[in-house]
Amino acid sequence: MSETVFGPVTDWATDWDHGSPAYNANIHQIWDDLLKGGCPIAHTDRYGGAWLPLTHEMVHEIAYDTEHFTSQNVIIQQLKPSEIPEAIPAPIGGAPPITSDPPFHSDARRLLLPAFAPKVIDPMRDEMVKMCNELIDNMGDVDHVDAAVQYAQHIPVLVVAQMLGLPLKDADRFRGWVDMLLGGIGAARDEDRMAKFMAMDEYISAHIQDHIDNPRDDLTSFLLNAEIFGEKLSPRHVFGTMLLLIIAGIDTTWSGIGSSIWHLATNAVDRRRLVENPDMIPAAVEEFLRAYAPVTMARLVKEDHEFHGVQMKKEDWVLLPFPAANRDPKQFDDPATVFIDREANRHAAFGLGIHRCIGSNLARLEMNVAIEVFLKRFPDFEIDDNEEVTWSTGQVRGPRQIPLRINTRA
Amino acid sequence: MRVHVDPDKCQGHNRCYALAPELFDVDDLGNAFELNDGIVPKELEDKARLAIANCPEFAISIVD
Repeated sequence: MSETVFGPVTDWATDWDHGSPAYNANIHQIWDDLLKGGCPIAHTDRYGGAWLPLTHEMVHEIAYDTEHFTSQNVIIQQLKPSEIPEAIPAPIGGAPPITSDPPFHSDARRLLLPAFAPKVIDPMRDEMVKMCNELIDNMGDVDHVDAAVQYAQHIPVLVVAQMLGLPLKDADRFRGWVDMLLGGIGAARDEDRMAKFMAMDEYISAHIQDHIDNPRDDLTSFLLNAEIFGEKLSPRHVFGTMLLLIIAGIDTTWSGIGSSIWHLATNAVDRRRLVENPDMIPAAVEEFLRAYAPVTMARLVKEDHEFHGVQMKKEDWVLLPFPAANRDPKQFDDPATVFIDREANRHAAFGLGIHRCIGSNLARLEMNVAIEVFLKRFPDFEIDDNEEVTWSTGQVRGPRQIPLRINTRA
Repeated sequence: MRVHVDPDKCQGHNRCYALAPELFDVDDLGNAFELNDGIVPKELEDKARLAIANCPEFAISIVD
């Protein structure tokens, strides 16, 4: 959604709307103003009632409190689950384990964890280096590139296609599914959307069948062999999990890579330090994750209760802005400043508590490799002021266009 | 110095293993544990403190 369905925001403390393009574009100013105005938890009547807590303490507390807050829907929508007859109830939710609560959550998560453990992910590095170099080769010998459109957005789709054992040449269509499923929230269930959904269903189902007929060493075959409660996953469960991995892994990592490159395009000193000292890249990536954390999750209030002096009602939405927690001066020295060599950095970019992003090791590797290769090939670049940098709308924040002038190539 | 990873708090962020693999390892699920009974050689004490200061879940502590 490029425009909010609720009209312009009049007051961010009492009428906020994270779906307004103004939110992501001015996010730090909005949070700073709310906190300075004595409002660490803002409210809106939009979306049927929603809260926006801004301190690390509150975000941490809600993430840990699965008794009062459910993960049944982690993306705020116009309709509450009670208004959607086919909604799958807690503790399972529509896309386990991200939408699951205890006790179901831990079993659904445990079966996926081994596929994303560091020692499984780390060996993918060489393949990622190759992919990133090929993307730059494909740009040709030009002095103007868009680092979001021509680079950042392709990396996670290629990686997830490779992991799931889907043809790399089809990777671009996954991004269309993300747009359809996330951007389509609130969209009418028109025939066009249903037809697209059917095509996606057919595509994934055909590849699942192919993996049943011809098992191989990839994540789809891993899922088909995985068990929950002593039984193999049904092809339908495998379908849902593949879709979750595609959707959760794409625009998030794309945003993380994009924000990092945007920072380096606008901060020449940091860029030069990383070009000269590539061994500083891992620490810099952690700082980019802190300062430009792409993901905000959501919870639903289970029952009426009081939270830090406000009265929360059953089925109110609660945003979990991990990016705001990452700017809390009680946790981080000088949080508004990006120090690429920041040492103490307990940032919450991948969430806190039992729902820690399962793909965090993969995302970190993609960001490290993407930045390393980009700086090696393009040691000097800057924003091309003739065109506009644009930012995403909604709960995943990152640049969607990063027009660059390439000054030096290697 | 001795360090300990609280397995109830660790959520597998993998920061300690990435920053101080001499002191921490991770299991097949990606959850961390301390090596060598958590005993930190003098020359690795700074690394141990760095790992502690980068754990998002506050799961690592100095036990003695």
